[in-house]
Amino acid sequence: MTGDLVLDMRDVSVTFDGFRAINNLSLALRPGEMRAIVGPNGAGKTTMMDIITGKTRPDTGTVRFQNHDLTRLDEPAIARLGIGRKFQKPTVFEALSVTENLLLSLKGVRSPFAVLMARMNAQERERIEHLLRLTRLEAVANQPAGGMSHGQKQWLEIGMLMGQEPELLLVDEPVAGMTDAETMATADLLREINRTRSVVVVEHDMDFVRALGVDVTVLHEGSVLAEGTLDAVSADPRVIEVYLGR
Amino acid sequence: MNPFSTHAPRSLRGVIWMAAAVVAAAGGLAVASLLPEGNPLHASAFVVSLAGKYLSYAMLALAVDLVWGFAGILTLGHAAFFALGGYAMGMYLMREIGARGVYGNADLPDFMIFLSWKNLPWYWWGSEHFAWAAVLVVAVPGLLAGVFGWLAFRSRVSGVYLSIITQALTYALMLAFFQNGLGFGGNNGLTDFKDILGADLHAPLTRAVLLLVTGLLLAASLLAARFVVGSRFGSLLVAVRDAESRTRFLGYRPEQAKLLVWVFSAMIAGVGGALYVTQVGIINPGEFAPANSIESVIWVAVGGRGTLCGAVLGAILVNMGKTLFTAWLPEFWLYGLGLLFICTTLFLPNGLMGLWRHARKAPPEEVTPEVADTQGEEA
Repeated sequence: MTGDLVLDMRDVSVTFDGFRAINNLSLALRPGEMRAIVGPNGAGKTTMMDIITGKTRPDTGTVRFQNHDLTRLDEPAIARLGIGRKFQKPTVFEALSVTENLLLSLKGVRSPFAVLMARMNAQERERIEHLLRLTRLEAVANQPAGGMSHGQKQWLEIGMLMGQEPELLLVDEPVAGMTDAETMATADLLREINRTRSVVVVEHDMDFVRALGVDVTVLHEGSVLAEGTLDAVSADPRVIEVYLGR
Repeated sequence: MNPFSTHAPRSLRGVIWMAAAVVAAAGGLAVASLLPEGNPLHASAFVVSLAGKYLSYAMLALAVDLVWGFAGILTLGHAAFFALGGYAMGMYLMREIGARGVYGNADLPDFMIFLSWKNLPWYWWGSEHFAWAAVLVVAVPGLLAGVFGWLAFRSRVSGVYLSIITQALTYALMLAFFQNGLGFGGNNGLTDFKDILGADLHAPLTRAVLLLVTGLLLAASLLAARFVVGSRFGSLLVAVRDAESRTRFLGYRPEQAKLLVWVFSAMIAGVGGALYVTQVGIINPGEFAPANSIESVIWVAVGGRGTLCGAVLGAILVNMGKTLFTAWLPEFWLYGLGLLFICTTLFLPNGLMGLWRHARKAPPEEVTPEVADTQGEEA
């Protein structure tokens, strides 16, 4: 049974107009685990994220999160269950201030009437102050998110993800466009987050994956090609052929 | 500095000022209309009814700004809700005529006698009561908006497709209300009103009170709208407007947020329509004409989208312009309106409110030559 897995995908396939984007993919994640997903463009990494978060419905296979069947739920329902997603391109609400972005992300009220009546309470204020410190955005708390640098937006989005207090975080290319120093700081931040939550990271940057120091799953043409430590998969001849040794 | 202050653009102070100004202007005109005719400050009945019309239109503009400015729903059919509110009030005003109609029937309005109807249709039941009319004024637009919005937002219809179906909605209603058989007076609509709550609609005091009530309800709507957009729900609307799919991954259902503001907005438009009918004295299917809805979008664009105050200002100023222009060069008004819209889009993307904000911020910027150079304002 799936009892002690936080995420359990089995034999998942999905086809878009005859193109098999995901082909009999199986992936299991233990509670508290962090996993890095690598693979060439078109390997199905983003589609996999779409399936887990309810954006895409698989044609066949099962996807379970704790005891819930994710294939029956839509995006908001899955998000409320405790799965957070960070997109490849940072997507923050540009017209809102950093604080307002964080406030909207905080776990809690979601129905429109409750949101209409909600007022920031002491607990939420404390959460936001904590997130601002964590993401080093205290100085720009009141500024519109649209005016921030690329790196700051990435961090704000990570902060919003934390605000949701998800059990499982899906993080798509968090260090794309970051400087080396920012990349390493992000690796530290993800390791810190991983102390209390399970994380799936999709990333191209091998230095970053090495800095994370976690098991790696290599995707290729919609299926798992190899799984294990970075050193082990790097030595795998099939991996070298399709990806690393190109 | 307090790190938790929110969105300056939706300034509370500005809205309070605007609400106060609206009430003061309506109250001032109402008092002026009661002065004896020889008094230099006397306001004529014509000016009072014109002002009432502008303020009713301002409520429609406010309703459009709520959904377009904050939730990104470009409605091209909002006058439908305005007209429905107008018809709901018109039904009551028709019944108030009683036996004073041409045919002298105490129960049936003249147009029904003309159609040789013997009984009131069921949907006219209770229309002799003002309280019921007041309920219908918000309930009918609210209900229609609820059903329409639920279907449209649930199916994730948005952008230009949504604009087109809102336009189709108001057009379909216009055609339906032109039918005599629908029971709303066909293309003549509802008119020849005499009284409201027993008070003569043509008496200066009644007109003065109606204008004041319109000002008060517009001010109340402004404050209510500010409450909505200043709340966390307002942030959610802006989030939905700018990145709808992202809100889903935070656990929000954007279709529900849109539906709530859409229904609220339709209700404000309905109240505006009801006030309009009391002061203009007629409601006919022409009020559903697509051009009316499009005009209301232009008022908001001219005043400044997403500012609330701008919508009110835009509606009043553009309609004043229309009154003057149509008296002077009636056949060119539509060209003038089109030109105004084009110029606003090109040179004033944030409308008059944007100009106002720019002017208030400008002096410190202009002392820096670099800024003045790079801005190169030719407009």
